[in-house]
Amino acid sequence: MIMYKYICIILFSLGFVNAQDLVSGTVYGDNPDNPLPGANVYWLSTDKGTVTNIDGKFFLQSEPDSAQLIISYVGFISDTLTVRGAQRIVHVLQSKENEDLDEVVVSQRKKSSQLSFLSTQNVLNVSSDELLKAACCNLSESFETNPAIDVNFDNALTGVKQVQMMGLPSPYLLFTEENIPIIRGASQVYGLSFTPGTWIESLQITKGAGSVINGYESMTGQINAELKKPLTSERMFLNLFRSLEGRNELNFHTKIALSSKLSANVFVHYNERSEKFDKNKDGFLDMPLSEQVNILSRFQYLDPEKGWVSFFNIRFLQDDKIFGQADFIPKSHKKTTSVWGSEIVTNRYESSLKIGYVSPDLPYQSFGAQLAYSDHSQESYFGLRTYDIRHKSGFANLLFNSILGNTLHKFKTGIQFAYDAYDELIETQTVNRIDRSVGVFFEYSYDSLERLNMILGLRFDHHNNVGSFLTPRAHLRYAFSDTSSLRFSVGSGRRVAATFAENQKLFGSGRTIQTPNLQSNDFGLAPEHAWNYGVSYLKGFQIGSVSFNLNADLYRTEFVNQVVVDWETLGQISFYNLSGESFANSLQLGVDTRLFRILDARFAYKYYDVQVDYSSGRMQKPLQPKQRYFMNLGYISTKWRMDATYHHTGSQRIPPTIVNPNGFESDAFGLINAQLTYIPKTNFEIYMGAENLNNERQARPILSADQPFSSSFDSSLVYSPVFGRMMYVGLRYNL
Amino acid sequence: MKPLLIFCFVAFSMFSYAQDKPSKNEKASLEVLGNCGMCKDRIEKAAISVKGVKYASWDIPSSQLRLVYNGLKTNLEKIEKQIAASGHDTEHHEAIVEIYDQLPACCQYVRKGEEPKPGQMTKH
Repeated sequence: MIMYKYICIILFSLGFVNAQDLVSGTVYGDNPDNPLPGANVYWLSTDKGTVTNIDGKFFLQSEPDSAQLIISYVGFISDTLTVRGAQRIVHVLQSKENEDLDEVVVSQRKKSSQLSFLSTQNVLNVSSDELLKAACCNLSESFETNPAIDVNFDNALTGVKQVQMMGLPSPYLLFTEENIPIIRGASQVYGLSFTPGTWIESLQITKGAGSVINGYESMTGQINAELKKPLTSERMFLNLFRSLEGRNELNFHTKIALSSKLSANVFVHYNERSEKFDKNKDGFLDMPLSEQVNILSRFQYLDPEKGWVSFFNIRFLQDDKIFGQADFIPKSHKKTTSVWGSEIVTNRYESSLKIGYVSPDLPYQSFGAQLAYSDHSQESYFGLRTYDIRHKSGFANLLFNSILGNTLHKFKTGIQFAYDAYDELIETQTVNRIDRSVGVFFEYSYDSLERLNMILGLRFDHHNNVGSFLTPRAHLRYAFSDTSSLRFSVGSGRRVAATFAENQKLFGSGRTIQTPNLQSNDFGLAPEHAWNYGVSYLKGFQIGSVSFNLNADLYRTEFVNQVVVDWETLGQISFYNLSGESFANSLQLGVDTRLFRILDARFAYKYYDVQVDYSSGRMQKPLQPKQRYFMNLGYISTKWRMDATYHHTGSQRIPPTIVNPNGFESDAFGLINAQLTYIPKTNFEIYMGAENLNNERQARPILSADQPFSSSFDSSLVYSPVFGRMMYVGLRYNL
Repeated sequence: MKPLLIFCFVAFSMFSYAQDKPSKNEKASLEVLGNCGMCKDRIEKAAISVKGVKYASWDIPSSQLRLVYNGLKTNLEKIEKQIAASGHDTEHHEAIVEIYDQLPACCQYVRKGEEPKPGQMTKH
């Protein structure tokens, strides 16, 4: 055995010195402790290939006709890597069993982010490597190197970022954590900052209608976050982060193996900011003072012989934010007109249980149950305005997978229960609402093993506030070749808006609130209903020795009903039911490639046409740039990782305000983020980086900052960064 | 609650049905010769194309093909013939030489009783 290893080492060094074009590497299954002997490694569209040896290692001549290396092994999801010239590849395949039980469309690791050629839906997989590109700090920042999602600041006070897909804000996206809906209702605005980035193993971003299995709520797409799993995570992980602007973060993970089948994780996250910054000298803090404690404990049970897998999670979160005028002291100034200040205190408890069974005799049959409960409470005031919300939510999903005839025809069917109880205090008005729904769903998928794939889904739900309704969704993929596929999707979505929870930024303004009926528990606002249609094309091609992936997406979301959020009237914010049209058209063109064998490059252009019939007429949605483009360069070697991103945001329509009664168009601007990581040892890395390197700042993010209790005060119209350049350093250590 | 009960009943009956009437869910495991992932795709496609085959998964290291099929509609004989027709030798049927020769180089497995030729792809 030792002899064998020496031979391998010699072969490796020979490979590097002599054979310029030898591709070598190691293939692992699920985790880097499990080398896979006998895995297939071959060049796409050629007959050149090999199998890995007993240690999972392989050597292969590089192939002038193909740069796509396919790695496959039975029971694991096959991966395709772009390989140019001599390279050493360390690749971890993910087992199909995990995929089936977790209901992930396709997930991959060790490839930082890639559009899938094979899945029927338009899915972008983002691995933990890609997540490292944005070192800081939580889910909301995980998308900054990613063209499918746009990240905006929500307001000028809280430092909170909001994400958008297809020009529509996050409430129209379905956020799931391991396929359990998570960022909803009360947690809509701040929820993204409640999942630390280091907890995430991978993300799956699905554009378009999505699957009926996860509910009827998604309209523009779905983002699923897979967390690190107890059986495969590192034994111990430590991450420290400090930004020069006073943000400190600590992440500590540990793993406890209770038996060969049962393992547990404890994840601890702490962040705080206690320094005050007012760089733009408007008297208001540019970033809140904050503190968050976030603890997750999870258990995983896996018995592959009997076919059982189970997860149990329990989590507790406390988050405090203080913001407003720089000399605000809650004890002495709370809810007085002497100094404008605000506090948000959030407590959240959640727990979930998943049980999955795959029949060992009939491997195409499986059964899954998901149960989740959360209790979210937010107590807050913004100047004189109070907003409290308590949201208790229950979710249960029972799922059965099997086949019709053979494994080319699969189906998933099941039943789902959802319960949401809201208690809100809006200034002086208390409102209670309970949403209850039960639904059944059926999803058929067809895989021809050749050109055509199809997913047809239908669900029927009964909701106490919406009534009974059908939700159809369909996806179709046609592959012209192994590197060229065309996808279509269509589907509908419905939701009952948590109007005030989703639009909390209004409280940081002097605007008065208009709703059809504030006394009623739905404020007189009807459930939202939209259709989404999309077509996308993905093509891989080569120019000379450089291979490219080109993608073009065109999507349209059309509302049948929408809760229109109208900022157009001076001193007022109005919510009303759509009468007329509301639509969002989006076009995305993207290219990604690897240049000079070492540099990953990605470019994307996005065009948005988002229009709503307001009571004052049809207009482009405010604060919505029509054009954006994006460039990302990444370099990875064994010792260094470098990454730079440029975001260009086009001009935005700023609605009329008391200060600017005619409204205006904001200037376009660009933002540069960059990061450098040094890896002295495989289990230790240090990094430094900067966000907004070019120090772009909005001239006057808060209107009437000198008169915060007047009706012209407004912190909600943020179109570019409030804070200038941010620099940070950090380290990661794992065992 | 009622839909849940019905669902559980349906799900449960599907499992128990599978156990009570094994002839509808006949299971088999047999050796099929091949090398790589391309072979895997071809073998599985050939097997699943036989009417009555519900599931086919070929394991590369062991060369074992795991099958679940409806014993009332088909049998191993038919399945093995179909696989052999695609170019892969099974326990009881051999591929004809012309088809074997047309397989891509990585799938030119060492045939039964033969010695590996120089440069021929093998698994170990």
